[in-house]
Amino acid sequence: MRIAVCIKQVPSRDSQPRVNDDQTWIREQDAGYEMNEPDAYALEEALRLKEAQGGEVVVCSAGPARVAQVIREALARGADRAIHVDDDGLASADAFVIADALAEAMRQEAFDLILTGLQSDDQGFAQTGVILAERLGLSHATIIMEVQSAAGGVRVKRELEGGWFQWVSMPLPAVLTIQSGINQLRYATLKGIMAAKKKEIRKAAPPATIAAPKQKIVSLYLPEKSKKTQMITGSPAEAATELVRRLREDARVIS
Amino acid sequence: MILVIGEQRNGTLNRATWEAVAGAQQLAAGAPVVVVVAGAGVERVAAELAAGQVQEIVTIDSPALDAYTPDGYTAVLAAAIALLSPSVVVLPHTYQTRDFAPKLAARLDRALITDVTGMKKVGGDTAFVRPMFQGKLTADVVPQGPAPHFVTFQIGAFRADQAGRGATAAPIRPVAVNVDAGAIRQKPEAPFQEAKQSVDLSQAERIVSVGRGIKEQSNIALAQQLADALGAELAASRPICDSGWLPMERQVGSSGQTVAPKLYLALGISGAIQHLVGMKGASTIVAINKDPDAPIFEVADFGIVGDLFEIVPAMIAALKT
Repeated sequence: MRIAVCIKQVPSRDSQPRVNDDQTWIREQDAGYEMNEPDAYALEEALRLKEAQGGEVVVCSAGPARVAQVIREALARGADRAIHVDDDGLASADAFVIADALAEAMRQEAFDLILTGLQSDDQGFAQTGVILAERLGLSHATIIMEVQSAAGGVRVKRELEGGWFQWVSMPLPAVLTIQSGINQLRYATLKGIMAAKKKEIRKAAPPATIAAPKQKIVSLYLPEKSKKTQMITGSPAEAATELVRRLREDARVIS
Repeated sequence: MILVIGEQRNGTLNRATWEAVAGAQQLAAGAPVVVVVAGAGVERVAAELAAGQVQEIVTIDSPALDAYTPDGYTAVLAAAIALLSPSVVVLPHTYQTRDFAPKLAARLDRALITDVTGMKKVGGDTAFVRPMFQGKLTADVVPQGPAPHFVTFQIGAFRADQAGRGATAAPIRPVAVNVDAGAIRQKPEAPFQEAKQSVDLSQAERIVSVGRGIKEQSNIALAQQLADALGAELAASRPICDSGWLPMERQVGSSGQTVAPKLYLALGISGAIQHLVGMKGASTIVAINKDPDAPIFEVADFGIVGDLFEIVPAMIAALKT
């Protein structure tokens, strides 16, 4: 099975992004980057499918030069080769622009299965995988928690809300967006890191007629508080004692 | 005209549709709102929606739409939009919407702004407010390109009971749309729940909830001690349940349980939007987190910035006095 995994490089979870001077994007130079977490689960699922059935795992990413870091990481974990749609303009692009760039670079490869995370930790559109499916004319399913092979296709477990699930079957080729927690992630081994250095990364130019953006950020800012939060300060013991007092006497939610 | 795409399953309306209607009415500012609902046997749902202050309810009824599929819904809703020519299409940001709305917007090549919590005027444009970077920042976003623009409203952003009701029932208009059942590639099976939930967190009066900040599975015991001292149930954000440190049935958030206890104490939870939608209805929210910028503090009544491994033992001690 020829499997593609679309991965995105996003600012690290643990850091607070800083807003740029004209308040329309983050200060990229201040950010640390990592692989979008749901995409890491999609990669792991692809590697497991390949190990079970044979085939090839190809990592695809659209973004500026810096995304080579997460591509190398994916190759070190076991992906066979990579396609990098390399353009600075893709750093803050919307889901349509990214999906169009990926579709152009991936169309000729005729993958059997395309996996990606259900959404990204940066702009969080939750759209790219589904738009990619439509652009490539493929079936799709979202928020997937299990992938089984079935005759001529796949049978996948979709997560619904509130603890409900649903199995859906569909023919291949198809696009699946993967939910975090579908599997246990592996780490790259030293051997994998060494092997990754020899693996092919095909650089693809963005489409000649790059899609017009479909949304524009006019302002980016720290969230406004919806509540007046009483911050409790002091040493850990003082703060803990004061919190317990307020929960007992002010909020009256404990006895 | 603003078109709301309603959501139903087996003839039962998803209440989030009323939230979308409330948001659409606010966005419309007096302009007409129309609701479209697709499925097999949607008369009852249409009658229910007709109580809203809307211009009309459009129904698309076909046996091929009995079970939801993205192929089926995209085909009929694209046809409905062509027929009705709305300026904006509004949907609740449910998992079903997430499954087909990007496909529908891509089919029509129109902008889709997801997870919207509000609107504001910027110059002559309407900007839609949405979280970004896991809720650490908020963006005002203006859709680009020709109408209709698609907008999904975050669950809880508008209240279902704030949807305006009409003096008389709105007319219901069935629209015939040809559905090619053979072109639907997805074959869905019946929805199911995993092992019967033995923990009903929605009934808990007090909840202590742990997030990534708990660091290791062995530290869950500390949170359990605090829960015991408070008379609270233990819950967690998604990553903790993904790691298997607590069972999935104790997960709070969009993919887990929705809770509204008297006290919700969040330990080391950053407050990603998927978590907040599951707990922001709690009466009193306490956040303990080492990161002063964590979004959880935006919804907290009481907050302590600090090391939970120092604060929690001190709380347990204080509760014994």
